[in-house]
Amino acid sequence: MKILIMVKRVTDPNVTIRPNTDSSNVDLTNVKMAMNPFCEIATEEAVRLKEAGIASEIIVLSIGDKQSQDQIRTSLAMGADRGILIETDATLEPLNIAKLAAKVIEEEEIDLVLLGKQSSDKDNNQTGQMLAAIKDWGQATFASKLDINNEKATVTREVDTGLQTIELTLPAVVTCDLRLNTPRFASLPNIMKAKRKPLVVKPIEEFGLDLTPRFKMLNVESPQVREAGDILGSVDELLEKLKTTEGVL
Amino acid sequence: MTILIIAEHDNSSLKEITLNTITAATEIGGDIDLLIAGETCTAAAEAAAKISGITRVLVADKPCYNGQLAENVAALIMSIASNYTHILAPSTANGKNVLPRVAAKLDVSLLSDVISVESPDTFKRSIYAGNIIATLQSLDPIKLLTIRGTSFSPSEQNGSATIEAVDGAFDEALSQFINNDTVVNERPELTSAKIVISGGRGMQNGENFSMLEKVADKIGAAVGATRAAVDAGFVPNDMQVGQTGKIVAPDLYIAVGVSGAIQHLAGMKESKVIVAINKDPEAPIFQVADYGIVSDLFDTLPELENAL
Repeated sequence: MKILIMVKRVTDPNVTIRPNTDSSNVDLTNVKMAMNPFCEIATEEAVRLKEAGIASEIIVLSIGDKQSQDQIRTSLAMGADRGILIETDATLEPLNIAKLAAKVIEEEEIDLVLLGKQSSDKDNNQTGQMLAAIKDWGQATFASKLDINNEKATVTREVDTGLQTIELTLPAVVTCDLRLNTPRFASLPNIMKAKRKPLVVKPIEEFGLDLTPRFKMLNVESPQVREAGDILGSVDELLEKLKTTEGVL
Repeated sequence: MTILIIAEHDNSSLKEITLNTITAATEIGGDIDLLIAGETCTAAAEAAAKISGITRVLVADKPCYNGQLAENVAALIMSIASNYTHILAPSTANGKNVLPRVAAKLDVSLLSDVISVESPDTFKRSIYAGNIIATLQSLDPIKLLTIRGTSFSPSEQNGSATIEAVDGAFDEALSQFINNDTVVNERPELTSAKIVISGGRGMQNGENFSMLEKVADKIGAAVGATRAAVDAGFVPNDMQVGQTGKIVAPDLYIAVGVSGAIQHLAGMKESKVIVAINKDPEAPIFQVADYGIVSDLFDTLPELENAL
């Protein structure tokens, strides 16, 4: 079976992002970029399925600016077979990302799509669900365990009260939670090999979709800053503060 | 304006976060219907009818909604969506699972995890792990939102809504519910607890979490954890507080052996009072803590337990 994985180039999750000077958008000048951690997990899971003899080919798709090729190469170095970049400088909403991915799926015969459950920059947690809806496929979100058997995927999902297990008929969309696996590091020989793997760049215009934003960003701001408080010397002092000063105990 | 809210429930009871979502809907204004999709969910429906602010409780009580599978529930919502200007769900695992599917079927965008209603078409949400608050205006004909529970107070419960059955058993047969493995917990629910005590990697192992539990039981607190503690296998993942876990905003949050990484702060920095117990004086958690004790948690936790 053929697996499509989607990877996103995001700001490094450990960097604190700030608004630009006129508060119209975030300031991303000189901010370190990385692959979204959840996308690494999706890549790892696809590679494991290939190593287990279940997947025959892994196609990695990214939609973003030219530099997103770096993240596709990372995925290829981890074990994906070939890459597709839909190049755009625009920031697209998940709905439009899902529409573009659905077009790619039309061209390739995909049995399973693996994505991260959310991107660490915009925190939307939408793209996988939207793609499943557009294709009218089953979906399993927040997966922490995935088994493929006889055209079916059995998925354990992380839900608020514990775990839920469901079964999907393939083709289907699965979004990966942090606990699905631990992504491997790409070795130097694999990084070198990945440079020779095929990577097709397609201009976004080629898809002829109406990708007009549905939201207008009016303003961005930093949240209220919390001030550092008092360092106390003892537990008794702490309890006194919590009971008397704060009234929370 | 007419608003549909997708209730968070477990068939027998309604989850508190549904009440916060109703308050967000009240701020938008207009008639509010609450949809309960499940199997043998009469008890949840009866509880829902008592909530203030809603006009009708719509109940879809069918075997195909067992496990609240996204495909089936989304199809159900689609069958009534054209009656509404806004569709809201709590920002829970269920809400995040179902609502994006509905959005794409309606060909509209969705705002996740809304923290403030500015007007019927303008909302605030946090991005970049809570480091940025964005104000966004929706241009879509139907606005779809998931609501962050901790940002809205719960609505009162002295209403008398009518209960109506919704026709239609939508079984899309794309997925099948197998089972739920629910973590049984005697303590308050993490997302609505007034006090939360959390442990991080500094707890060293799962057994040591019993030290937190003893303190928690004395003050009626829920117990949370950082991603590091969950990944290390100390505790189950449904206890995770943070950007990718649960968002909490209790009156008192006690972070024990927690360094205070960006991803963790995203889940708890709206807490009213934050206390940090950590032996590293340089830990970033002290930059947001109202009160800190620089000490070894293995000395301080028993001391705290005894003093309570």
